[in-house]
Amino acid sequence: MTTIIQYGAGNIFSVAQALKLIGEEAILADTPEQLETAERLILPGVGAFGAAMKSLRRAGLDEAIIKVVKKGTPLMGICLGYQLLFESSDESPGIQGLGLFKGCVRRFNAALRIPQLGWNHVRYRESSSLFTGIRQDSYFYFANSYYTAPTEDIGIGHTEYGRNFISAAQRGKLFGVQFHPEKSQGCGKQLLTNFIQLEEQ
Amino acid sequence: MNTKRIIPCLDVKDGRVVKGINFLELCDAGDPVKQAQYYDAQGADEIIYLDITASHEKRDTMIDVVRRTASAIMTPITVGGGVRTVNDAKALLENGADKVAINTAAIDRPELISELAEKFGSQAVCVAVDARQEKMYWRVFTVGGRKASRWTVNDWVIEAEHRGAGEILLTSMDRDGTRKGYDIALTQMVSRAVNIPVIASGGCGSMAHMAHALLEGKADAVLAASIFHYRETTIQETKQYLEKRNINVRIES
Repeated sequence: MTTIIQYGAGNIFSVAQALKLIGEEAILADTPEQLETAERLILPGVGAFGAAMKSLRRAGLDEAIIKVVKKGTPLMGICLGYQLLFESSDESPGIQGLGLFKGCVRRFNAALRIPQLGWNHVRYRESSSLFTGIRQDSYFYFANSYYTAPTEDIGIGHTEYGRNFISAAQRGKLFGVQFHPEKSQGCGKQLLTNFIQLEEQ
Repeated sequence: MNTKRIIPCLDVKDGRVVKGINFLELCDAGDPVKQAQYYDAQGADEIIYLDITASHEKRDTMIDVVRRTASAIMTPITVGGGVRTVNDAKALLENGADKVAINTAAIDRPELISELAEKFGSQAVCVAVDARQEKMYWRVFTVGGRKASRWTVNDWVIEAEHRGAGEILLTSMDRDGTRKGYDIALTQMVSRAVNIPVIASGGCGSMAHMAHALLEGKADAVLAASIFHYRETTIQETKQYLEKRNINVRIES
């Protein structure tokens, strides 16, 4: 069973339905207590970094997320949910992120179409179990104006958009993807399945 | 780099497709979800629903359509038509839509663009622009093309971007329904005027038209309806055609 963190900033319905499509039961959680008992977690998110962090804090979910990740509960952040795992973002200067991944979030070069909207390649690290069964350089759906710039070696997926950026990251059982697996058709389905089956590998 | 997107558009009225695929294999050809699934299987990069439901009371039918679509396919969905308030947008985005397209409501009250962008992020806010050519410029029309606004297209798209729009859905009223091809000059002008993605729409009658809009028009995506609905071509075939012309499209092997 997968728990989706609900904090008023995310495409929660689509994530829940995508899990249903792969036969996974999904529940929504909006209290720290619910997070503590979760088998695994997904942190979705769309919108602005600052507003999302405020919502997490207001519900006490920021501390709860940090606690369960340290305890070893698998968690995957999606899109803004992935960016929130970092220390800070250009989008909301002065607002602290969850800081579970070292590094910050930066805005794409102004010469590009921003936001990036559409399908782009992900080149993944061959050893990564999150991409098992997915063809190298497959397409995933992106909708982002910002990209993550980690300062530690956590990149398991790379994407080119004006520059090469880390589109998927992992440290232990903590994962993050910049793209939307719930909107990435077959490849997204496989990636979500892989996340759910991590424990069995 | 990300690929150029090919987007089929379905007109929906009271929860039923009114301009859609014309064939009999589907057990319920009027069901938008069935048609979306058909295009999803062909590799559509996105689906756009245009809600042309006249009465406000029946708007909830669109929410149900979006919900059922997002439960059946894992493909981005944009909904346009009838979105007038932050709450209208919220209801769609919370039920599986990825973007809302706003038109008349944005012209009436441009602040709506900023309010939506602030609440849901720019990536969820598509401003639909219906353009008609006048002597020296293009003018923005609203209310389904019936009412002239005070905005020129060039000024309006810049304003929309400035206010936080994440995408422009640009329809040439002069070309819409003619199948004579997209208005390339219009598309090019808008693509140059803004830094947000531009979807070209109106007038598509062939795969070559799509290639023109993407190459000469510099559009990031093309919307087409009848060419797909009447099965003159499929999305797969279109993408193979475009790829041969060195256009970067998503083809899954």
